[in-house]
Amino acid sequence: MPKRIVSCTINGTPTEFLCEPRWTLLEALRDGLDMTGTKEGCSNGNCGACTVLLNGESVVSCLVLAVECEGAELRTIEGVAEGSHLDEVQNAFLECAALQCGVCTPGFIVQAESLLDEIPEPTEDEIRFHLAGNLCRCTGYDKIVRAVQAAAEKRQTADA
Amino acid sequence: MRDFDYQAPTSLADAVALLAKHNGSAKPLAGGTDLIDHVRCGRLEPDLLVDVKKIDELNVLELNDDGLRIGAAVPCRKVAQHAGIRERYSAIADSSGIIGGVQIQNRASIGGNLCNSGPAADSTPALVALGAVCVLSGPNGTRELPVEEFCTGPGKNALEPGELLVEFRFPGRPAHGGSHYRRFIPRNEMDIAVVGVGASVALDESGETFTAARVSLGAVAATPLFAEEASNALVGQPVNDDTVKAAAEAAKAIAKPIDDMRGTVDYRVHVTGVLVERVVKAAVTRARGEQLDYRPGH
Repeated sequence: MPKRIVSCTINGTPTEFLCEPRWTLLEALRDGLDMTGTKEGCSNGNCGACTVLLNGESVVSCLVLAVECEGAELRTIEGVAEGSHLDEVQNAFLECAALQCGVCTPGFIVQAESLLDEIPEPTEDEIRFHLAGNLCRCTGYDKIVRAVQAAAEKRQTADA
Repeated sequence: MRDFDYQAPTSLADAVALLAKHNGSAKPLAGGTDLIDHVRCGRLEPDLLVDVKKIDELNVLELNDDGLRIGAAVPCRKVAQHAGIRERYSAIADSSGIIGGVQIQNRASIGGNLCNSGPAADSTPALVALGAVCVLSGPNGTRELPVEEFCTGPGKNALEPGELLVEFRFPGRPAHGGSHYRRFIPRNEMDIAVVGVGASVALDESGETFTAARVSLGAVAATPLFAEEASNALVGQPVNDDTVKAAAEAAKAIAKPIDDMRGTVDYRVHVTGVLVERVVKAAVTRARGEQLDYRPGH
């Protein structure tokens, strides 16, 4: 099928790109726009590595068609830091050693951002439930949960 | 992925016309969480995907004393987090909140869950327990169908060529009513039901007698089931262990599961009885206006 033009906003920047109807948002980001921060894990919606925010809600970009994003507001892992200044979640992942190979990390960070936007002071239970759609084969999750707790605390202190 | 065209009509008439014109080779796209994966792995081979998320009728979400309407494209998370639905139509909120993880719930719709017609679909038993009716629109007009008559086999349903599921209509809730959906899985979350059970009950004013009940089962037959005998075993009876056990036995009698990696036939039948008891008791707790201490995975 001929390519379509999709106009949307990515990390605050108005963006236009060309894509075939069959391209997933993940393919458009990585292969079309060269935004390779979003990772491909399973490509069938199980692992959460490709998590991005679509109109403020977290989705797996491997199960969204790029053409569905006409007019949408997207936020990817590239939009989390401000320049070279990492945000609280990114810093907490580093400080808590919440990553090893790193493939799942962008998805976890974007999903954690969506959690903290919704519940600024989540319980451990809420963190685990909210991150259930993100798989990590290295860390065993405890360090990731502690990183999200640390980021939440930091954000609360900063807001106080 | 297979090459296909994409259209996103904004009117129901246009969507139905497109589906009818491309008879069999067009598929409606709501959340896409199953559809896109099925196209990628070759299980489905559509030439056209008709995005139905821009159609008002499929996005309706209306709750009042007369009932509840949920458009077929409304994402699960919106249902799971809706305060009024959680309070009055708890079973559908319970099930919508455990379908996949948050990312899936933000896209996946209850309509899509039903149209996939999987025997273990979590939202279907909840719809059946709450007495929901499907509104279907097609080239020959609009018709209504009780949810328990929608699925006709694994992956098969009553949709005619060109027909689209538009919305679910739920009857108003009784004064002393409560409902619940629960599934058994060996993990805390992100899994497919070994058995799923939905129940909706109404009690008399004293809260001691069942005046109405609907029990439903998932993952124990080729389609989700309305457990009519189990429901009848509750109505008019006192709320006690014996009554609930009788309903559980009646439910076990219609469970005809298969052996697979999730469980054997005997195991699934046993779990059906256990879950019916727990889910009916949970629905009673809610019907009495008491807080149900239930967190999935605990």
